[in-house]
Amino acid sequence: MGSTRPDRRRFLKGGAALASGLTVGAVEPALGQLPEPSTFIKGSDEMVAYGERSRFVTSVRIAHPPDNRPSPDEFGLVFHVASPLQDSVGMITPSSLHFVGTTRGSFVPEIDPREHRLMIHGLVDRPLTFTMEDLRRLPSVTRPHFIECAGNRSSPRHTTVQETHGMTSCAEWTGVLLSTLLKETGVKDAGKWIVAEGVEEVKGASSIPMEKAMDDCLVAYGMNGEAVRPQNGFPLRLLVPGFEGIFNSKYLRRVKVVDRYYMTYNDYGHLNREPERAALGYQIGPKSVITFPSAGQQLPGRGFYEISGLAWSGGGAVGKVEVSTDGGRRWMDAEIQGTAHRMAHTRFRYQWNWDGQQTELLSRCTDELGQVQPTRAQVAEFFNAPGVPGQDNSIQPWRIASDGSVHNAIT
Amino acid sequence: MRLLRFPGEAPAWTALLPRSQPAWLLPRRAWPTERLARKPSRVACLQPAGFFGVLAMLMLVGGTALAQGPTYGIGTTPTEENIRAWDISISPTGEELPPGRGTPEEGALVYRQKGCAGCHGREGKDGRAPRLVKREAEPSTDPWDLGRILPIRAPYATLVWDYINRGMPLNREGTLTADEVYALTAYLLFINDVIPDDAVMDAKSLPKIEMPNRDAWAPLPDWKPGMPRLQGYPY
Repeated sequence: MGSTRPDRRRFLKGGAALASGLTVGAVEPALGQLPEPSTFIKGSDEMVAYGERSRFVTSVRIAHPPDNRPSPDEFGLVFHVASPLQDSVGMITPSSLHFVGTTRGSFVPEIDPREHRLMIHGLVDRPLTFTMEDLRRLPSVTRPHFIECAGNRSSPRHTTVQETHGMTSCAEWTGVLLSTLLKETGVKDAGKWIVAEGVEEVKGASSIPMEKAMDDCLVAYGMNGEAVRPQNGFPLRLLVPGFEGIFNSKYLRRVKVVDRYYMTYNDYGHLNREPERAALGYQIGPKSVITFPSAGQQLPGRGFYEISGLAWSGGGAVGKVEVSTDGGRRWMDAEIQGTAHRMAHTRFRYQWNWDGQQTELLSRCTDELGQVQPTRAQVAEFFNAPGVPGQDNSIQPWRIASDGSVHNAIT
Repeated sequence: MRLLRFPGEAPAWTALLPRSQPAWLLPRRAWPTERLARKPSRVACLQPAGFFGVLAMLMLVGGTALAQGPTYGIGTTPTEENIRAWDISISPTGEELPPGRGTPEEGALVYRQKGCAGCHGREGKDGRAPRLVKREAEPSTDPWDLGRILPIRAPYATLVWDYINRGMPLNREGTLTADEVYALTAYLLFINDVIPDDAVMDAKSLPKIEMPNRDAWAPLPDWKPGMPRLQGYPY
């Protein structure tokens, strides 16, 4: 994994101080470069065939969490890779920057799609096996959906939005609805759950309620207009929209219809003692974060800024996003970009004139079900426990210092 | 009206029809040029079944509880052997457990031979990988106070078997025999005082073990579309 192309390495070694975004403002404010022959990018077979981004754009993923715990783990394996949300625009995460969560380090099975099969069996009328070619013949849907790791939690130690929130991403997924396949096999009355399983080394399996399987689960072969990337489950991935990331089985090869919660490999990780925490263990809560300005960035001075961020919820579409520019005293409605899709990142924007004084920026998401993103204090009060127990969908405050530097304001 | 179509290809409007039909709705004569006709479960309207058949089906649309049949006819039927070869999901009832057996003593041997000790420690503790033996001198018998230890936290012994079978050993997953997995399961249950040293684990005995956490875990919510995660959370 990872690009080792020499031109890229050379550039990174050469001290890539020109990170994207705001720091460009530090470059000499001249008229800008004029295209002279010497500055043209040399054509190559690779650029003809697949293309690549500008060498001046250096936004990259990082291992998560950033403090070497637990990824890379005791065995030196990188388990999780976080997406650079600070540089994101719009609502789609490029496939090459989509976050990656794994159960066993960064192993990616190399699967020949011609050999790949999806088997649906168990409490069905007719067990069926589908080839990739079979699946491409069936009626398909294309939908934007976020996937978020349950471990996507903010901590006072985190210094960028990539570290606090980078384990979520949103892609446009194309595939066959699982309900289409389950109707093809027929489901017996006793089939109340499914167990979805991939090809990877532990074949991580999760129990999923049949209600969800028949509602909107998607057997996806397409991601952002091309085949699903290997790190994201090539050739086939189960999308369980709005559920915690681990339910979205990669390298999907088997769906078994069963009569009960199967308590299998991944289910073990969802065991809870308290019903409240168990209830919060399926669906991602309403959540939002300001990606610009966010911690680690630098505002060049007072004046106009468009605040921009992402909001999402496992409960459906984002209904409303509010922004506070004074530490939570007053909340104003942010503008939602276009249509808010169900279980998809939704871009929000808010026009702001910074007066140069220290302040805190916050955002708060309300989803179509009326669920409201809580503050950390509210979560702690609910559980009567410190921090944010369970999946962290709490409000993220960013502190703008009077010198324009932006910091994580969680204490 | 002659409908020429590749086998298995159904027009979109057939989605509006019931997914299968009683035998009396089927055409009396197979349409000789279409292989479709050899599959009686195909939607009747693909055949030149005649006006009355279609009319009768349209009258059935909307609520008659007929068994579902395939709409598209795509996909192949796996053999029993195909299914058995892939089906490694182990129910709490243990119905999928393969033949085989193992004892704690045999498991202790496998634990050393297969390198488990290299990661989990010689006695299931002090290794790089998760601890496998409950902590000593804990005053509590509550399984949630004994640490996140699989053979204690797992509500069913079948989960311990499933976990080892799927996920162990690291980088050599899938290489253990059924006997070895039974033996390792027996060993882990024994060192955590769940079973005695002379217990034999097999497809019959394993699901019957009363695990310490059998009933101490919170059930999951009855999930429905459009349902809030937790009513009243967090305020």
